Amino acid sequence: MGTHRNWYLTIGMTLTALMLIYMVVGFFWTPYVPSAISAADRGAKPSIKHLFGCDSMGRDIFSRTLEGAGTTLTIALAVLAVGAVCGLVIGALCGYYGGPVDALVMRLCDAVAAFPSVLLALVVLAVTGPGKYNVIGALGVLFIPSFARLVRGEFLKYRDRDFVQSARLMGVSDLRVIFVHILPNTWPVLLSGLAIGFNNAVLAEASMSYLGIGVNPTEPSLGYMLKDAQGVFFTLPWCTIFPAAVVILLILGVGLVGEGVRERMGVAS
Amino acid sequence: MAEPIVHIDHLNSWYGQGKDRKQVLRDVSLDLAPGEVLGVVGESGSGKSTLAKCVLGMVTDTTGTLQVNSRRPQMVFQDPYGSLNPAKTVGWILEEPLRAAGVKDKAERRQKVADFLPLVGLEEEHLSRKPAQLSGGQRQRVAIAAALIQGSKLIVLDEPVSALDVTLQAQILRLLADLKEELGLSYLFISHDLAVVYQLCDRVAVMTAGEVVEEGNVDTLYDHPRHPYTKKLLDASLALD
Repeated sequence: MGTHRNWYLTIGMTLTALMLIYMVVGFFWTPYVPSAISAADRGAKPSIKHLFGCDSMGRDIFSRTLEGAGTTLTIALAVLAVGAVCGLVIGALCGYYGGPVDALVMRLCDAVAAFPSVLLALVVLAVTGPGKYNVIGALGVLFIPSFARLVRGEFLKYRDRDFVQSARLMGVSDLRVIFVHILPNTWPVLLSGLAIGFNNAVLAEASMSYLGIGVNPTEPSLGYMLKDAQGVFFTLPWCTIFPAAVVILLILGVGLVGEGVRERMGVAS
Repeated sequence: MAEPIVHIDHLNSWYGQGKDRKQVLRDVSLDLAPGEVLGVVGESGSGKSTLAKCVLGMVTDTTGTLQVNSRRPQMVFQDPYGSLNPAKTVGWILEEPLRAAGVKDKAERRQKVADFLPLVGLEEEHLSRKPAQLSGGQRQRVAIAAALIQGSKLIVLDEPVSALDVTLQAQILRLLADLKEELGLSYLFISHDLAVVYQLCDRVAVMTAGEVVEEGNVDTLYDHPRHPYTKKLLDASLALD
């Protein structure tokens, strides 16, 4: 809209698309078996043969980032799905109906949100043990309050609008008013919320794996690779640089998309 | 006289709860005959909007008699920018009342909407647009169509033209008058604008502080106002003209 080009959105979309392709490719193809150890290539520098070099055990970093990025993506999306879907339903119902239940649920959300989410997830995982599904469950639940609050705010804004009253007068059911009449109006805000949530999920997964309580070591994730590379940071820097670059580019891309969506929304309204 | 479409007798209504509970309607008695346009005038806070909400069944804290002999009375809102869902197309907005009324067949809904468009002066091409792509007058036409398409005979008009400029006001008022004749509607017309009320209404009720202080035929009331508040309102509006 208008003559002004939305660079955030353009660059963000391109970057995100590239990173998504990178991750999806990792599901189907890697130049080497990610866990294959090759004694001859121990600590190999980046070269044509090993684009990102090899780690101290001779494993190909490029293959490992491909697979690790896929693991990270899966976890981040699953966390987002749990958090966003539950948050959406809770926030929509609370915002639309209000009342004492709303007040109670929101105080609960405040209580959960008052703890740093990674710290709470640490506690949960210390009890349940590490593993992909435990990470998804723990982080997913912790992501609910922020979405619930975001969606609730939007519903508070819309529930007394004339078009909502008009729909009620026409005999449209409450659930339809909530999910068909109001929800589509909240997409712009929700989308930028999803972008932020996705980034937080990637970071949370990476930091938990880095601390050694995330996914199992047999499934490389980006955070786990960083943990592995810690000891050889000065001797084999490519072990750290490339996985970190993948995390940074991914977060940057999605963050820019979120910013771009918000900017477009601001211009439009 | 035929059975009234709205019969209000000694109606009281309150707003808020507990200590904040305030009476907004005091002993209101009004009748609206089928095919009639009853204007309710008063300044903001006079209770005229609450009266409209009572008729629409949106206010439940009432005592007294309120009979509405029409299925699902509808409302045309003041601000056509807020009364249409910004995320939907005009076609969707017009089909939605039919969906809510249980018309399951898509082709049937489409047909009914298409039949309705010429009545309110809209074109087929408007159906694919979002409200933001329409002018204020077109939006109000859409809002009117959406209110009428379920076939309700009683329509509450809440300041339907006060957000529009004067030439558009005349157009929309004529449209409302035509639709009333064509479809056999009754209007409860809420307004603070006496000039607009004079153009459309048969009878007028003047409200202040939750009470109807004077009620009567438009011409009689405008020529021979009896209550001092009515005189004051009339003087104020004449002074502006």
